[in-house]
Amino acid sequence: MINWQIVSETLPFFLDGLWITLLLLALSISAGLVLSIPLSVARASANPWIRIPVWSYTYVIRGTPLLVQLFIIYYGLPQFEAIRESAIWPVLRSPWFCAWLAFTLNTTAYTTEMFAGAIRATPAGEIEAARAIGLGRLQVLRDVFWPGAWRRALPQYCNEVVQMMHATALASTVTIVEILRVARDVYTNYLVLPESFGIAAAFYLTLTIILTQTFRLLERHYLRHLDPRASVSKAAAAEPIHA
Amino acid sequence: MTTMLSANSIHKSFGAVEVLKGVSLTAKKGDVISMIGSSGSGKSTFLRCLNFLERPTSGTIALDGAPLACRKDRSGDLMVADDAALRAYRARVTMVFQQFNLWAHMTARENVMLGPTRVKGLTRSEALERADFYLAKVGLSHRRDAYPAFLSGGEQQRVAIARALAMEPELILFDEPTSALDPELVGEVLRVMRSLAEEGRTMIVVTHEMNFAREVSSKVVFLSQGVVAEEGDPREVLRAPQSDRLRSFLAAQAA
Repeated sequence: MINWQIVSETLPFFLDGLWITLLLLALSISAGLVLSIPLSVARASANPWIRIPVWSYTYVIRGTPLLVQLFIIYYGLPQFEAIRESAIWPVLRSPWFCAWLAFTLNTTAYTTEMFAGAIRATPAGEIEAARAIGLGRLQVLRDVFWPGAWRRALPQYCNEVVQMMHATALASTVTIVEILRVARDVYTNYLVLPESFGIAAAFYLTLTIILTQTFRLLERHYLRHLDPRASVSKAAAAEPIHA
Repeated sequence: MTTMLSANSIHKSFGAVEVLKGVSLTAKKGDVISMIGSSGSGKSTFLRCLNFLERPTSGTIALDGAPLACRKDRSGDLMVADDAALRAYRARVTMVFQQFNLWAHMTARENVMLGPTRVKGLTRSEALERADFYLAKVGLSHRRDAYPAFLSGGEQQRVAIARALAMEPELILFDEPTSALDPELVGEVLRVMRSLAEEGRTMIVVTHEMNFAREVSSKVVFLSQGVVAEEGDPREVLRAPQSDRLRSFLAAQAA
């Protein structure tokens, strides 16, 4: 049975941990989103001098575990004298900065690939049609290109955000007290499983549900052009339906 | 009648392959010109050169007697020197595509509204009114809130025609507008095009529809191997072809 006494005693710590988890997620996802927009354009470029450097970056990041990346940044970089004496050392010694950097580099790589795929899937005809009625380059990007690419990327992007949320648990390995770290501390103190890792799992599951439901609302709005119900207008219902 | 568009000696090469070997065409106001020819004859390439979706290798294009100032791009093809001039030109010479090319994330009405708001500077309510007017014209008022994925091919092409019309252009280019349609949907699109021709709109139509070419157009141009092999009044050209190439092309179409 669950010991509710322990749960109620430790709940404030879990809520603090939840706040840290959300902060880590929000900071890395927003930075990743901003960075991956220009990078995805470069990744989808026809010019190999622009495309290949970005591909190399995403290939290395996607080819190694996030935990390894985090350890290299947190434990590996300080091994170099030059880094310890450089101007960036005050930030680089902070576990918060290291975790944010590792998470951002990681999610940027995945998001860049995802967006680049959505960009490459842009129907050339839609762009031509826009140019053919006299839209300027920026208008084509704003009205046709980005809205289309964003919509194609949205379902996958939801998965990326959820996976990133789960990945924030790795921050517990570099002394950041987020949900998993709180759970480990509770376990160490009380030696109980449901009240420690069980509660942590419940938190992660709840967050997952909230995130996916939020994205479902976004999809309902942004992907209504794929929803048959959205195309049945009142006017159409009044008239006979032709196939 | 006054000359509206004139294309002079248009050449186009893709690498070593010369697709257009000096094609000239003059469209007067109210002309409906059908361009026919077997696939690979260069008729679509020529049409695309007329609004610079394809950059001609050489030649000149003039609208209302004013030639478009061009310069060579890096690959040696001609591009319109001034981007604003190109956009203004395209707003006057719009295009309807074989694959419709509607914007998938916009409703039929939004597809028609975008050009008038962005290029012509109409307010939202003006554009809305204009979109509804042209959607009614192509018989799709009842489908205005539908997205392209849920329109039939014929409906999509009619929306695309409304989109081109809403720019109130002086000339509309049609690039095989019925070739991607199921046979039973061809008629509805041709009917719309026929009504546009009867209104006196100037149109250049690349088509395989010989009946349309014969009955609706004021002039037919037969392209073969990158040159105009024959042109003139459709009743004469299609009834009594002078060249062997047109004779065999027409025979193959009839078969």
